[in-house]
Amino acid sequence: MDLEHAPEDEEFRHTARAWLTTHVPVTPLPSLETEEGFAAHRKWERTLAADRWSVVSWPEEYGGRGASLARWLIFEEEYYAANAPGRVSQNGISLLAPTLFEHGSPAQLARVLPPMASGEVVWAQAWSEPEAGSDLASLRSRAVRTEGGWLLSGHKTWSSRAAFADRAFGLFRSDPNADRPHRGLTYVMFDLRAPGVTVRPIARLDGKPAFAELFLDEVFVPDEDVIGEPGQGWRVAMSTAGNERGLTLRSPGRFTAAAERLVALWRRADPSDTALRDRVADAVIGARAYHLFTRAHADRLAAGASLGDGPGAGLGAHPGAGGLGGDPSGGLGGDSSLNKVFWSELDIALHETALDLLGAEGELAGHANDSPDQGGWADGWLFSLAGPIYAGTNEIQRDIIAERLLGLPKGRR
Amino acid sequence: MTFLLDDEQHEFGRTLDRMLSAADVAGAVRAWGADDTGPGRKVWQRLADAGVFALAVPEEYGGAAPDGHKGAPQDGRCGEAPVGNDGAAPEGYRASGLLPLLTVEMSLAFVVLGCHAMPGPVVETVAAAALLRRLDDPALNRRWLPGIATGGHLVSYTDQAHGPYALDAAAADTRFVIMDDRLLCAAGHGPVQPSLDPARRLARPALDDEVLASGPEVRAAAAHAADVAALLTAAQALGVGRRLLADTITYVQQRKQFGVAIGSFQAVKHRLADALLALEFAQPLVFAAAVALAGGERRAHGERRTRGDVAAAKVAAGEAAYGAARTALQLHGAVGYTEELDLSLWIRKARALRSAWGTPSACRARVLAGAP
Ligand SMILES: Cc1cc2nc3c(=O)[nH]c(=O)nc-3n(C[C@H](O)[C@H](O)[C@H](O)COP(=O)(O)OP(=O)(O)OC[C@H]3O[C@@H](n4cnc5c(N)ncnc54)[C@H](O)[C@@H]3O)c2cc1C
Repeated sequence: MDLEHAPEDEEFRHTARAWLTTHVPVTPLPSLETEEGFAAHRKWERTLAADRWSVVSWPEEYGGRGASLARWLIFEEEYYAANAPGRVSQNGISLLAPTLFEHGSPAQLARVLPPMASGEVVWAQAWSEPEAGSDLASLRSRAVRTEGGWLLSGHKTWSSRAAFADRAFGLFRSDPNADRPHRGLTYVMFDLRAPGVTVRPIARLDGKPAFAELFLDEVFVPDEDVIGEPGQGWRVAMSTAGNERGLTLRSPGRFTAAAERLVALWRRADPSDTALRDRVADAVIGARAYHLFTRAHADRLAAGASLGDGPGAGLGAHPGAGGLGGDPSGGLGGDSSLNKVFWSELDIALHETALDLLGAEGELAGHANDSPDQGGWADGWLFSLAGPIYAGTNEIQRDIIAERLLGLPKGRR
Repeated sequence: MTFLLDDEQHEFGRTLDRMLSAADVAGAVRAWGADDTGPGRKVWQRLADAGVFALAVPEEYGGAAPDGHKGAPQDGRCGEAPVGNDGAAPEGYRASGLLPLLTVEMSLAFVVLGCHAMPGPVVETVAAAALLRRLDDPALNRRWLPGIATGGHLVSYTDQAHGPYALDAAAADTRFVIMDDRLLCAAGHGPVQPSLDPARRLARPALDDEVLASGPEVRAAAAHAADVAALLTAAQALGVGRRLLADTITYVQQRKQFGVAIGSFQAVKHRLADALLALEFAQPLVFAAAVALAGGERRAHGERRTRGDVAAAKVAAGEAAYGAARTALQLHGAVGYTEELDLSLWIRKARALRSAWGTPSACRARVLAGAP
């Protein structure tokens, strides 16, 4: 057991750091949830892509560097430490791309990935519906067969970044007669500017149009934009869901960097307040725990994690004796749910602690002149509040943990 | 390189686990609390024969050297099943020249000890070995280290900077006390006082006995020993928490109310999910601290940072175990609130370990002192 990175990986870190040092904008970009900010962030994606830093873990042919999971984690550490802009392409890069790598055709990969990597096409996720939230499988939007493709109709909602994005991916009911709600669904990609699409931005808690609802009226989608087999959409989607909750959505680098900023804030504040001090320490501990948990997870993946004899096997034959960063069964299945609950709660704790340290200044949001960090913590807090809701609420994740990792019986839903 | 246990480490953990599962450790704990240390010492000897204490002792003092063992343990003495064939540490450990005092293996062993609620000054004995190794006085080493390695010597070790009470002063063969910058060997101790974990028998050590060493190097060695003690307490707590969770999962699957297993109720499930979350995220902190303390991360890390890592592990594992204890008690209902059920052994230990070798608050301060 060893936590040192290989020298080649450390070299990779230095290369990334050097690039970020010279390229990260000195003044923070405007919020990506505004039209102006969205455009600025798109430009940043282009800058990243030009030197192949936008998708480091992808194969080179699609604009990546073929970086290992360990290097991707290093890159993310450097990225957040450098205070680089948020990623407007995140939906595509961390949700759609992994799905395509798993289920897409070679033609789809070649067509979809390069413009995604460069920020030319920004993607939105169109899963949720007004009547289908936690119970996603009850979704009602339809895909009806037509000559050479499908016609989409229905109502999607809470689609992040759809207000300014170009295209969307989502689930549609293609067989209304299927015997179970999660059968007969088809996973498709569609154009947000296609005839029949109406996008209505919705103001988030902070007033910004960060998500939108989509009204679809016989929107044509060619067969080439169906991912996987028609009718198999649920299976395809579940691989995406694992990514969304798991480490690709919230890399440890982000929390490590935030915890370091929090400590700096605390060192300037009143050190005699031990209640606050303890909360700062807990945030630091949480960020480190998340980092290490992810390291173990990545190492298990790299070692070709096998089922049945997980790294915790030496810790005793009790069901409660899990592996280092894992699932008592040795499988990786439930890890993303552990991750999801942990990072979302850690994120809120980090930001609440920062606001309490800032005191009166903590109330200043969005580039306020008087705020020491131009409202960064306040904006971050507003965003963090959504963490326990999106990507599957934490209640649903706790059910998954209890049933899949602890083996408890399924209850009534 | 890799943050995973290797095959040998797994095997080591499994061997210990099998051995302790076969021994009646719960019975030994109850006896220990009632002042009968015999059964506990038998288990202790088997642990020593399996190489646990040898991990803390260098080869030249009969530590984990190839011939440092006194041969095979007596099969079947402590339990029905003859456990492990020779009971000795796996080949790799004995042969490895590395055997630093604090390795991942030691933490692994202490997780297993926690799982089985092992009584006695296990942490303190290893911490004493750490102290001696750091002081590196050949006379002192010769006097104590061989006995520690072979399991014949239990050491109660107190650092007055961490608290006035000695654990198992009456049961131990030697009582080490750190007073300021002096290392004392106490001949006696005050009355044994009731403790909330009856298996942890506390007394004030005598402070005016033989001075074994003094000077700033004693303070430095004591600080190191305290880190070792905090880490192993964290590892032990992790094991305690794992066991509490495991036993509670078993219970909620069989206990029925309203016609169904209580484990199918969401409020019950979510409490258990939270217990698992806390343990899962504490565990890598414990092992990373073990790696750091063994020097694996020194290069990038530095002493203060390492101390912070240990403190972080202590906070996280201590809170996770205590949270698991609260959950275990709640979900067992009234039967959980009885001394008769063995669960009580772990519930009370979880609370005691939370404060031992660093309260949560003291550890949090150390985390921030070590933060970059
Ligand atoms: C900031 C933000 C961005 C989002 N972005 C997207 C996006 O890009 N694309 C997209 O498709 N969706 C997106 N969503 C939607 C998100 O996926 C849903 O909000 C989420 O799945 C929960 O659905 P719901 O809001 O309808 O809540 P509901 O399902 O109505 O749940 C309400 C409450 O009831 C609880 N609850 C429901 N069922 C159970 C149960 N069985 N047991 C216990 N508790 C239960 C929930 O946990 C929650 O607390 C986003 C949401 C937010 C807040």
